[in-house]
Amino acid sequence: MSAALEVEGLSVAYGKVEALHRASLRVPEGSIVTVIGPNGAGKTTLLGAIMGLLASRGTLRYAGAALEGLPTEDRVARGMCLVPERRELFAGMSVEDNLLLGAFHRRGAGARALAADMTEVYGRFPRLAERTRQLAATLSGGERQMLALGRALMAKPRLLLLDEPSLGLAPRVVREIFRIIADLKRTGVSMLLVEQNARAALQVADYGYVLEIGDIVMEGPAAGLAGHPRVIETYLGLSAKTSQPD
Amino acid sequence: MNEDIFLWLIQDGVTNGAIYALLALALLLVFAVTRVIFVPQGEFITFSALSLALLEAGRTPGTLYILVIGGLAAAAMEAFVALRERAWRRLPRIAALYVLLPVAVAVLVAWAAPRKFDQWIQVLLVLAMVVPLGPILYRIAYQPLANASVLVLFIVSMAVHYVLTGLSLVFFGSEGLRSRPFWDAKFRLGVLEVSAQSICVVVASLVLILILWFLFEHSIYGKALRATAMNRVGARLVGIPTVLTGHLSFLLAALIGAVSGILIAPITTLYYDTGFLFGLKGFVGAILGGMGSYPLAALGSIAVGLLESFSSFWASAFKEVIVFTLIIPMLAWLSLRSRHVEEDEE
Amino acid sequence: MTAASAAKLRPHPALAAFVAFLVVAPFALSEFYVTLMNYIGLATLVVLGLVLLTGVTGLMSFGQQAFVGISAYTTGVVTTLYGGSPWLGLAAGLGLTALVALGLGLITVRLSGHYLPLCTIAWGISAYFVFGNLDVLGRYNGLGSIPALSLFGWTVDTGRKSYALIWVATLAALLAARNLLDSRSGRALRALRFRATMAESFGIDAAQLKLVIFLYAALLASLSGWLYAHFLRFVSPGAFTVNVGIEYLFMAVVGGASQVWGAVIGASLLTMLKEWLKDILPRFFEQSGNYEAIVFGLLMLALLHRARDGLMPVFARLGRGDPRRASPPVAAPGLSRRPRPAAGKLLLELRGVNKSFGGLAAVRELSFEMRGGEILGLIGPNGAGKSTVFNLVTGVLPADGGQIRFRGERIDALPARRIARLGIARTFQHVNLVGAMSVLENVAIGAHLRGAQGTVAAMLRLERDEERRLLHEAARQVERVGLAAHLGDSSASLALGQQRLVEISRALAADPVLMLLDEPAAGLRYQEKQALAGLLRRLRAEGVSILLVEHDMEFVMGLVDRLVVMDFGEKIAEGLPGEIRSDPVVIEAYLGGIE
Repeated sequence: MSAALEVEGLSVAYGKVEALHRASLRVPEGSIVTVIGPNGAGKTTLLGAIMGLLASRGTLRYAGAALEGLPTEDRVARGMCLVPERRELFAGMSVEDNLLLGAFHRRGAGARALAADMTEVYGRFPRLAERTRQLAATLSGGERQMLALGRALMAKPRLLLLDEPSLGLAPRVVREIFRIIADLKRTGVSMLLVEQNARAALQVADYGYVLEIGDIVMEGPAAGLAGHPRVIETYLGLSAKTSQPD
Repeated sequence: MNEDIFLWLIQDGVTNGAIYALLALALLLVFAVTRVIFVPQGEFITFSALSLALLEAGRTPGTLYILVIGGLAAAAMEAFVALRERAWRRLPRIAALYVLLPVAVAVLVAWAAPRKFDQWIQVLLVLAMVVPLGPILYRIAYQPLANASVLVLFIVSMAVHYVLTGLSLVFFGSEGLRSRPFWDAKFRLGVLEVSAQSICVVVASLVLILILWFLFEHSIYGKALRATAMNRVGARLVGIPTVLTGHLSFLLAALIGAVSGILIAPITTLYYDTGFLFGLKGFVGAILGGMGSYPLAALGSIAVGLLESFSSFWASAFKEVIVFTLIIPMLAWLSLRSRHVEEDEE
Repeated sequence: MTAASAAKLRPHPALAAFVAFLVVAPFALSEFYVTLMNYIGLATLVVLGLVLLTGVTGLMSFGQQAFVGISAYTTGVVTTLYGGSPWLGLAAGLGLTALVALGLGLITVRLSGHYLPLCTIAWGISAYFVFGNLDVLGRYNGLGSIPALSLFGWTVDTGRKSYALIWVATLAALLAARNLLDSRSGRALRALRFRATMAESFGIDAAQLKLVIFLYAALLASLSGWLYAHFLRFVSPGAFTVNVGIEYLFMAVVGGASQVWGAVIGASLLTMLKEWLKDILPRFFEQSGNYEAIVFGLLMLALLHRARDGLMPVFARLGRGDPRRASPPVAAPGLSRRPRPAAGKLLLELRGVNKSFGGLAAVRELSFEMRGGEILGLIGPNGAGKSTVFNLVTGVLPADGGQIRFRGERIDALPARRIARLGIARTFQHVNLVGAMSVLENVAIGAHLRGAQGTVAAMLRLERDEERRLLHEAARQVERVGLAAHLGDSSASLALGQQRLVEISRALAADPVLMLLDEPAAGLRYQEKQALAGLLRRLRAEGVSILLVEHDMEFVMGLVDRLVVMDFGEKIAEGLPGEIRSDPVVIEAYLGGIE
């Protein structure tokens, strides 16, 4: 299978401190790949470097073409899109304007095409359809995440990067978000998913990597990783211990 | 003070205040989008007002040299980057935008200047010379430092101010100039005699503000500017190029500065360095409005205009002192509002 | 005396050469160059103030020429109109400057970045027009026939004599500033520009310190103005235009605004360049014009684009490099320590605490207690509000409602620096060290409240005894976390895990009763985690209580006495580690899952 994204020997340093150390990973076309790991392991740094928000060393290839030197906007124009951990919505603008700006690089597509895409996004997120005129700042945490996802979908991405999509959301909303992620996969979007919620991530993903203090320490098919004792111990948290109280 | 003088001072204050409101708008826009405190905003006023006065006199304004020199400098910087990145395809566009366009405008102006065309044509020529200076300036001075801190960008602004005032003296000399009024009529409104030029200024300012508002609310580029002002990371993530919003906001700043200069030229004698104080009064207006809201900044600017006209009546020597000291209590209020530990500087 | 401190007393070769040049210059140079040197000295005084104000503290001023002017005019009026002594003029000038600067400073030093420079431009313009429009100041003609200074019968009436006076004053100011930066107050100053929250959390009163520096910079400008008036014997508004203020700042930038000696370099280069340009440029251009302004502006642009830190680092590289010492500090008597509360006594109490951001509740009706000598774990999924709790307890954020008590005293309305005084120290989730400072200096910031000597004592080096004790204490705490080998390294050069350990040793240097540790084990390897757990257990044995946020469950479960679990800003469980592990609510919150 050809790769939507290939990362080889990617390093990022803040000043003299390396936050990511020669990381290599691959997102096959049409699959979901997850990167799990503790806080501060470099997951967000990895996504920032892939999008060109951070300077990095190493090779990045998207759909076979090298990304070096391309500014973020050109990566977006080629079909990459990041839903960041902090959502980064336009707080003082309406839901509709946020969505419209999501399609900024497709501004030449014509009003009709954009309106159709917006209807599709509203179909996926009925909660947003009820709030088209509302300012983004007034949305709840779950609605903000839906708007961030919706805004990303307006860009018609071929590769979607998701940073902690479940962060701070109630379990019910988390389930909804992951259902949508699974849904998107069926439309052919490739995804790189960074998650603290390792269990949910491994359930939805095809393949997984474990990132620790800037290094990729483990990788494998998601189902296999979910059953690996070390992953269970460290990233699935209490589950191993709950069964065997001391 | 009798009623006549009182009303005349109000008219004078509102007229100047309208100009300050335009400037305050441009300063807030540029700051929100690019984090640049654009002190040299006032130089656009100088350039356009003095150019208009010179065109009226049938002389060739030095602005066209500034335009061509600036364009060539920007072209050199762009070409350097393009050559380093081996992006040959960019070269024709660079040549067209930064070399051909400025040279074409310069040739046109040089040809038109001695022919003393109609005033409206001269206004268009001035706009054609001054407005491109905004993006050119952004490209030369600010774009390479787009990620620098607010304070570094502030020093850049002061350096740009130094260069532009220096150029202004070289090309315009130290004599004061004033242009012909657009509309030389006077109306009586009760006891007040209103000059048509004042009406022109206020109406033109209002129209320009409305156009800008419409663009911000309803065009995708206006929305992109607002989005960048609200959330820079978010803007980059939806693919809005920082370079584009930088150029756009400086284009609007130059347009606003040029229009202000054209409006003010018939009612004030301007010297090569007058624009600096004008620009700063725009800042005073914006600060009086809390440095965040466009309508409040406009109100603050009208207040500056009124204060200035009344203090020039009572204590004309201390007019500037009064206006510029005014922001200190306002800043005190702003500082009281920001009680808690401030954000760490990046 | 040890070798280390002996080395410190040996003068830097560049400094020695500079002083030697200053001594020889008046005998070797022509009158023209001596005068130029005088202008350089006068500018250096002002620029030095800007280095402290802008480069170190991050407050940018384009209005220093106003303070120069106030003082120059004051001594002018005192000596010519009232026939007073120049020394009375100096006192009056410094006094008036201090008064004006205090008024302006109280208002402006709290302002965020860009307001202050705008404000300084505004008062610079005001001052110029005041000077030019007051009859008593001679309007735009200025004040003439100001008398020369005289010192014990020695009249300073020539350029060479003024040279001596100006450079003695300048050199003294440079040394005082260098001493200041290398002291307790200096560390605080260098920290608060980039790490204001951290500085306040260790008891540094940022606003007060900024005000002191603002005042000091104004007084340096004032001193320069007094020397200027009696050297030139004439003052006029033309010397105090906004452009003069802008050029002072350009000088600071050229020299490298964060270095004391950069003031000399910047002032020298630009003063000489300006003189040279004024001489040479008119030969190329027919028209008269302010050509040097264009050149200055372009040079500044080039400098900011290419070498934003100014030229001082370039000079430093030519010399011996950063002169700051890397050897461990000498042994010194220990600092006094706080009494610890008895184990089991109520220490920290949160009752019904609320906090929301923009309508989203981050902490809701949170209540829990902590007792002396206890390690309490605060756990929960990301975004549960744990870090917000830390910020509420340490006063970094004000609570919206509820009460927080520490040893019975309400602290929810206190600012961070007051809470630090009570013996609460913390680490930050996002490492909050001053990257350019050494590990030792970073940790010494933690001990800020255990010293008392201020800025004046530091300038005069009267605080060396206390300084040795502070540094010794800092070094002891660095050793304790196992980083003794990195004492002199810049903190930015350490790995993330080591930086977290530096954070912990900085908190330890504050001699805390209660420590709040935000994910201390993140980024540590297995062995390091074991060592950290050992250290925290030893601290508990010494009577230090610890509130711990941590995601590594193995680390937490083996260490803490009790746990509080949060989810969505609320407490969902509290109890012993064993109980928490088998609590179904906790398991659901943590594991969630999607099925």
